[in-house]
Amino acid sequence: MTETVTGETAPGIAPIPTTDPRVARAVDLVWREAELLDRRAYLAWEGLYAADGTYVVPIDPEIDEFDDVLNMIYDDARMRRMRVTRMTEGYAIAAVDAARTVRTVSRFVPETVSDTEVVIRSAQVLIAYKRGRHDIWAADLTHRIRLAADGPAGDTVVQKVVRLVDSESAVPAAGFLL
Amino acid sequence: MTQDVVGTAPADLVRTDRVAGRLYTDPELFELEMTRIFERSWIWVAHDSELPKPGSFKSTHVGRQPVIVTRDRKGTVRTLLNRCRHRGASVCEKPSGQVNGFTCPYHAWSYGLDGSLRGVPYPDGYEGVLEKRDLSLRRLRTESYGGMIFATLDEGAEPLEDFLGDARLWIDRFMKQGGGYPIKVLGRHRFTFRGNWKIQLENTTDGYHFPIVHRSWMASVDAETADMMSFMTDPECTTHDLGHGHSVMQMVPEHSDLDADDGSEPLQARFDELVAELSRSIDPPGVRKVVRAMHGTGFNLNLFPNVSMSAAFFRVLRPISVGETQIEHIAIGPDGPPELDAVNRARLRIHEHFQGPFGFGTPDDAEGWDRVQRGAGAAPEMPIMVNRGLAREKPSPEGWPTGHVTDETGMRAAYGRWKAMMGDD
Repeated sequence: MTETVTGETAPGIAPIPTTDPRVARAVDLVWREAELLDRRAYLAWEGLYAADGTYVVPIDPEIDEFDDVLNMIYDDARMRRMRVTRMTEGYAIAAVDAARTVRTVSRFVPETVSDTEVVIRSAQVLIAYKRGRHDIWAADLTHRIRLAADGPAGDTVVQKVVRLVDSESAVPAAGFLL
Repeated sequence: MTQDVVGTAPADLVRTDRVAGRLYTDPELFELEMTRIFERSWIWVAHDSELPKPGSFKSTHVGRQPVIVTRDRKGTVRTLLNRCRHRGASVCEKPSGQVNGFTCPYHAWSYGLDGSLRGVPYPDGYEGVLEKRDLSLRRLRTESYGGMIFATLDEGAEPLEDFLGDARLWIDRFMKQGGGYPIKVLGRHRFTFRGNWKIQLENTTDGYHFPIVHRSWMASVDAETADMMSFMTDPECTTHDLGHGHSVMQMVPEHSDLDADDGSEPLQARFDELVAELSRSIDPPGVRKVVRAMHGTGFNLNLFPNVSMSAAFFRVLRPISVGETQIEHIAIGPDGPPELDAVNRARLRIHEHFQGPFGFGTPDDAEGWDRVQRGAGAAPEMPIMVNRGLAREKPSPEGWPTGHVTDETGMRAAYGRWKAMMGDD
């Protein structure tokens, strides 16, 4: 089946269940990603992304096009590569002494599903601890996941958008990734 | 060299070459700073482009006072205290937008864009006890120079142009990065750090930290950009004390006046694609102007006490408490025809690369400032040293005290102003 199913919350249209095996693959990838970021395994994290993938933390929570506006993060593969280098090479004092993080990703709602791609929304609550202080970072996530023909090991993130609840206010400068 | 800085009056805590660590940590000093500096000085509140037409507004702060900056029906820019004259509620909680006026949510007193009280519901209860003309939103003196809008709570403050003094020349130069067009605000990053506001004020005129704190950013940019920022040992790179607490730090002096261009400097190879795209609709001199200014001007102009015009963006500080400060990094670009959209897209990506809570520069700065605040909590009378380059400081032909770009000339300028204002009770 290559047809794309769109999940709607309107009456009369059945939601896409998270038990759909294609959705389950996407959820697995989102959770794997979350754990890699908490472990600061940035090289492995980078490997989850498609070469044409984008990683975005917008300021404006309402938009889907990010080219003509200022974002907190708007990474293509080149920027992601440099960001991972920055986070791992030991020169960046913010990354060297970064907060420890634990994040929970839940409230998954599939948006569209086909045999090749899943778009799935979720909620992320992250606690960052550094020097006696806990900061809360709450966000809505949207992942566009490309499903590989040869199985889940090849699934990749084509786009991840992290919409912080306080993206338009002042947030702490961070030495970790969302 | 390591004498402590002690004294009973605030002004005693600042000497030419050092200041007391208490300046970062003493809550009483912070309270005095709010009244003697932030409620008396000109405070930057907006850029002209943020208020494009009558009814445009922006919410911000003058010191700790919440204000709304508006463009009224006649086009005059006003700064209004965001506080209803009835029972004190804020009349606006939106960061910016377009309105006809402001209505208090509590009892619906309504105000015009110029702050005048327009309407009061059920007015019969106010017969004989209320004069609308006496109950406008409080207006702050508001003046602008070169598109930079400032407000002050001090009715007796000197005119803005006098306050800016020789900094005006550098504001004029800064605006040339529009490449023949005015500049406009493209977006803003907001972030907080747990440290005193003066740590940030110092940082924008601190060339000394750049290759150390920003080594990670330097490693991530192309060789041309890294080379452009390699000012550490170049004697041509200088910092001038411009008076009134203002200073200018020239990292790339050949870009201080962007109109001075003999055509010999090649455009950076990283912009080849952009040049090709622009060349389809813009003549070569026009393309060269905007592309040569992609990294902004070659200097940081530090305006005491709350705004820096920093290469290609504005950095605005807002003190929250003695140990917490909020910063905005405001991206700017040419306000030109749609053909220049590609320029602004590229400028946004450059801004994102360094600035903001997840940039390759800002988090490292913030970590450094956080560490200063934590360390300065020890031995509050021990000095914070601002003496680098003191022995080699000389007047420039214009008469400005001048040091190397890595010297602490700009910090001494700011602390000189701090000392004068804090000693003036």
